Amino acid sequence: MSTHASDIVDHAGRGRAFRGVFLRELHGYLITPVAWLFAVIFLLSAGAFTFYLGAFFERGQADLDPFFRFHPWLYLVLVPALAMRLWAEERRSGTLELLLTMPIRPWQAVVAKFLAAWLYIGGALLLTFPMWLTVNYLGHPDNGVILASYIGSFLMAGAFLAISECLSVLTRSQVIAFILALAVCFLFLLAGDPLVQQPLLALGSNRVADALASLSLLAHFQAIARGVLDFGDVAYFALTIVFWLAANVLILDARRGG
Amino acid sequence: MIQTENLGKRYGRFDAVAGLNLKVAPGQVLALLGPNGAGKTTSMRMIAGFLRPSSGRAVVCGHDVVRDPIAARRALGYLPEGAPSYGELAVAEFLNFAARVRGLTGITGARRMDEMVERLQLQPVLAQTIETLSKGFRRRVCLAQALLHDPPALILDEPTDGLDPNQQREVHALIRGMARDRTIIVSTHALDEVRAACNRVAIVAHGRLRVEGTPAELEKRSRYHHAVSFRAPASALARELLARQPEVETVEVDPVDGRVTVFPRDSGEIFSIVVKLLEEQRVRVEELQLERGRLEDVFRQVTDEAFEETAVAA
Repeated sequence: MSTHASDIVDHAGRGRAFRGVFLRELHGYLITPVAWLFAVIFLLSAGAFTFYLGAFFERGQADLDPFFRFHPWLYLVLVPALAMRLWAEERRSGTLELLLTMPIRPWQAVVAKFLAAWLYIGGALLLTFPMWLTVNYLGHPDNGVILASYIGSFLMAGAFLAISECLSVLTRSQVIAFILALAVCFLFLLAGDPLVQQPLLALGSNRVADALASLSLLAHFQAIARGVLDFGDVAYFALTIVFWLAANVLILDARRGG
Repeated sequence: MIQTENLGKRYGRFDAVAGLNLKVAPGQVLALLGPNGAGKTTSMRMIAGFLRPSSGRAVVCGHDVVRDPIAARRALGYLPEGAPSYGELAVAEFLNFAARVRGLTGITGARRMDEMVERLQLQPVLAQTIETLSKGFRRRVCLAQALLHDPPALILDEPTDGLDPNQQREVHALIRGMARDRTIIVSTHALDEVRAACNRVAIVAHGRLRVEGTPAELEKRSRYHHAVSFRAPASALARELLARQPEVETVEVDPVDGRVTVFPRDSGEIFSIVVKLLEEQRVRVEELQLERGRLEDVFRQVTDEAFEETAVAA
């Protein structure tokens, strides 16, 4: 029997499949219009909200609170839009079969896709740095609070992303993936809000209401945005991300059996 | 080596594949034939590790596809049904991605890539986005992805679908060229592909393996096996006499081209009998042929039997 190239292939290079998918995904963001649209709309609306709705100048305070205040709402629409194609498109076009028969484990594919998208959102977030320059030029803001807010914003984007990626694996329609993700993200965002709490309390389920309130993305983000990088809040986001990615792997794997 | 033992896939109460036993050794190119919905693609998906079997197991080059999935996939090149690929990528980018995921980097990777591009004639479209390519090019791009890591085992689901006759011949030559030390399973609807590229045939219908053997063995099962066909402008009397021969089962005339086919009883040898009779009757024969048997015929026979069987069972 002759030697095949597959025999020569470096069997120790287990991370290569992961890297391959990660780089392909990242490359995808740089060549597809959806991703650029995401970045442009994010930057434009972040700016517009800050100055108009947030009354950045009129407040006369040297901080970025009016800027970060709108991030949850921007992410609520934009992250599901960015993530809706992650699995739905692979399923629709049949490339899922190609990907899952390559020497890569499902969790590696899930995490590679997540990290590439998260990095891309992080890039867009970094591009808001003129905001930080402006506020530093105009006054003397607490840069520690700003840094914490940036970290909180990035973590929250990650949580939205993990939710959206997981829901994208349920369907081959990007539209359905988007709407599902939007609905679930909205629920988690407002879990502590009367809008969600009132019906639960009316039903007399105080414990469910309390449990759900502690899952509120908004509350945890606001806690970090106040400048307190509390372990609990960071752990909350990390756990949310891990939970949804794990669910994603399980659903992906379950689909092969069905 | 690709082996399946009692491989089965069940959806609810419907058996898409049931008790499939296949053993394909290096040097063998197995053609998987069967009507649409027979379970060909499902079987291939299970061997490739995309679907998990409901029962039984599949082994690729000694690696169980469920228990040792990564090693099994490393040993396998797979062309899925419909030849999917990432449409937004250029051909070179897509092949680069496949090479990277397969751990083919550096000089080995570059050399393999060049080889595939040359053999599948992808040079002119390397920089083009895949979604702008014709169906034939897309299929070859996905084929290149399957062959890139020079796998010892290959599964190709309809490799020549959508290719023109020249490209088909090219792919057949490619498969024959690789066959020597590799294990290859090809699914197809084109029966001439079986003769052009395969040395074994398996026919599946309703999720079950019906017949397996070399193309010649299968042709023997055809009623055309050892039949004699000829063309003659005036042969009415000769046909009548032929039909009365004890060794002859029946004589048929093709209504379109007038070709006469003499079928033997129990696959007996009737060539000399036919020739002798035609000479005695001084029939002017334009053309005479000993038939080997027709795969089309066996295919129809086997799938019809399977259909009746399930109809009875229901």
